Amino acid sequence: MKNETINRNGTVAALSEKEAERLLVNPQKLVLWLLIVASVMLFAAFTSAYIVRRGEGNWQIFDLPPMFMYTTIFIALSSITMQWAFISAKKDQLRMQKIALFLTLGLGVAFMIGQWVGWEQLVANNVHLVGNPSESFVYVISGLHLFHMIGGVAFVLIVLIKTLNHGIHSKKMSTIGLCKTYWHFLGAMWIYLYIFLLLNR
Amino acid sequence: MSNQHLNNEDHNNHEGNDQHKQTFISKYVFSMDHKMIAKQFLITGIIMGCLGVLMSMVFRLQLAFPDTPFPFMENFMGHWAKDGRLDPSFYLALITIHGTIMVFYVLTAGLSGTFSNLLIPLQIGARDMASPLFNMLSYWFFLLSSLVLVSSLFVDGGPASSGWTIYPPLSALPTAISGSGMGMTLWLIAIILFVVSSLLGGVNYIATVINMRTLGMKMTRLPLTVWSFLLTAILGLLSFPVLLGAGLLLIFDRSFGTSFYLSDIPADLAGGIERVGGSPILFQHLFWFLGHPEVYIIILPALGITSEVLATNARKPIFGYRAMIGSMIAIAVLSFVVWGHHMFVTGMNPFLGSVFVLGTLIIAVPSAVKTFNYLATLWKGNLRLTPAMLFAIGLVSFFISGGLTGLFLGNAALDINLHDTYFVVAHFHIVMGSAAIFGMMSGIYHWYPKMFGRMMNSTLGYLHFWITFIAAYCVFFPMHFMGLAGVPRRYYAITAYDQFDVFVNMNVFITIAALIGGAAQLIFLFNFFYSIRKGKKAEQNPWESNTLEWTTPVERIHGNWPGEIPHVYRWPYDYSKPGALTDFIPQNIPDEGQTDPLEETKPPVHA
Repeated sequence: MKNETINRNGTVAALSEKEAERLLVNPQKLVLWLLIVASVMLFAAFTSAYIVRRGEGNWQIFDLPPMFMYTTIFIALSSITMQWAFISAKKDQLRMQKIALFLTLGLGVAFMIGQWVGWEQLVANNVHLVGNPSESFVYVISGLHLFHMIGGVAFVLIVLIKTLNHGIHSKKMSTIGLCKTYWHFLGAMWIYLYIFLLLNR
Repeated sequence: MSNQHLNNEDHNNHEGNDQHKQTFISKYVFSMDHKMIAKQFLITGIIMGCLGVLMSMVFRLQLAFPDTPFPFMENFMGHWAKDGRLDPSFYLALITIHGTIMVFYVLTAGLSGTFSNLLIPLQIGARDMASPLFNMLSYWFFLLSSLVLVSSLFVDGGPASSGWTIYPPLSALPTAISGSGMGMTLWLIAIILFVVSSLLGGVNYIATVINMRTLGMKMTRLPLTVWSFLLTAILGLLSFPVLLGAGLLLIFDRSFGTSFYLSDIPADLAGGIERVGGSPILFQHLFWFLGHPEVYIIILPALGITSEVLATNARKPIFGYRAMIGSMIAIAVLSFVVWGHHMFVTGMNPFLGSVFVLGTLIIAVPSAVKTFNYLATLWKGNLRLTPAMLFAIGLVSFFISGGLTGLFLGNAALDINLHDTYFVVAHFHIVMGSAAIFGMMSGIYHWYPKMFGRMMNSTLGYLHFWITFIAAYCVFFPMHFMGLAGVPRRYYAITAYDQFDVFVNMNVFITIAALIGGAAQLIFLFNFFYSIRKGKKAEQNPWESNTLEWTTPVERIHGNWPGEIPHVYRWPYDYSKPGALTDFIPQNIPDEGQTDPLEETKPPVHA
């Protein structure tokens, strides 16, 4: 049994096999969940600020761009395809796994492009980043979510490449498991934000 | 004794711990060893602390002698102290950066960064943090953040000057005052880097405590230090993102023309875009949602350290171990629902104000539980008054005297009168500033042997303690009276107001005490750096303590323990246990016949 003293890869440093067996939770999964908690707090700050500011009056009311409805459908569908990919990997159905991941990636990219188009629709509707805070908030909140999406799409791409190299299957599920968790978080967060913005105009 | 056993085993059993050769760079600079990262945090924190204290010396001179030029100041402050007179706008910069440095860089990163890193793996029985890479990055983000903040001292217009709370509009309009330009931008960049560092560190601390405890280390056997670090990390994880959010909106207001925090600002004052519809109060809500938990992020680790040092040096179990955990959890939860007590004068609905008053006053309950438990631990203890113990007792003193004034300020009816006066300055410098610094000092004196393998000089430690303790009270206690009389904080001089003339001599007294207190830190600095090379060599367990870090060899190896990680059979406070042969029983020693670490030890045998 050998104690690795410096582990350049980061997680689970310096543990003997026996010690590693004692870990209560997958360390990467735990770190991901903690980062998700931090991210939830960030969005909670923005939506709380939105409600506080709205309560003070002088609040411009406008319609959300129609595109946001389509992007919400895209991201909800992508969560389903992600779950499909995960289950396929678990069952070692490589073809299905590839198709589902391609679809997830496509829907993710479509969501991002759709958000951009949504902003253009806002501008066409004379709703600008620089204007009443009600207008600015929509850009900042959706923009921050889009920023999180960049990481998500990159993660799906990594999982897809690993899948094409036969690196993800029923015996090696941790990467796709992490990706699935993060992707569902992104989807759930956008659906919450969309409903929030819709109800609190 | 198992300690001895482990030590002997060291010679025969290397298990790869010291097989690889380390270069200077990998050992001291880009280290991933939690013990080295702890020292990096500590030394950076000390350097930042020196800077923060020096700044306070400069503005204390101004407050005591507002009409006296000090030509030497021009030598190192240039045009900010022309002819030896401190520039009023630079006075604001000094108090802003002093506050920022002390709150974030010394008492958050310097305190929590140092001791969470050092003690979590050592005390729970882990070879390192869950992610050493995150840990290293956490330090480097912190260092980068420190450098950005310090660099803001040298930019045109000077550093941020709107107070450490950076309220808009001074922080939101780059042309508002001299420090609102580049200085404010650098402040924001520094704090964003700081938040990233804090999150990387915090995620790691939580993951390590939850996941990597050795066999037998149940949550109810954790030293109170580790409990305090865990709760601190949770507070940071939940509150720092909110500060990040507040900062992002501020950046949008500053750079992209939005009006989140700005209202009724004409275009010519705001970069050509008229700002309407924003609310500066919104920023205060977001800021204090972090700002109040931040107070506990600072004090909880100091309280954890105090629990450990008091029990060890009183040779008694900590009084009310579970009550201590419960009260820390209560403080952590309550800290999220009291931020409004910083905002009683913002025109808040009185009903809402009364809710915040209630929450704030309830915090006094768990705080009092902790205080009584400290006193009960000391009561009839076999006290060993080491420098660490004195500093821990000093913390208890400050926690009481500063905590009591919290009852005044937490009450809206009184706070409306005392808000923004020196009473507030006195309160938080005693309960948060001095108490946390004393907790940090206690930790440094106590765990110095674990960090450097040598002892600090006790005589110098006593000298450091007594001068600092007396000086701190002389500096901050009189400020209560100034505050009660209405002297406002953050004023460059109070000479324009006749009613404050009675405080001229008091200001001189405070400044002299501050200079003496500041000079006493030179004793500490000498002791700290001299002892690294020349201090007396430390024994493995110099304080005869029970926690696991004292079962590691003095040589501080990678992976912490040369052989297997010890298992834990008992809680950490078995001091002077009736029926035991020695007055301490380390956590890794089983009772006679106890084979399963998860089994509870026998109750004490009373004679």
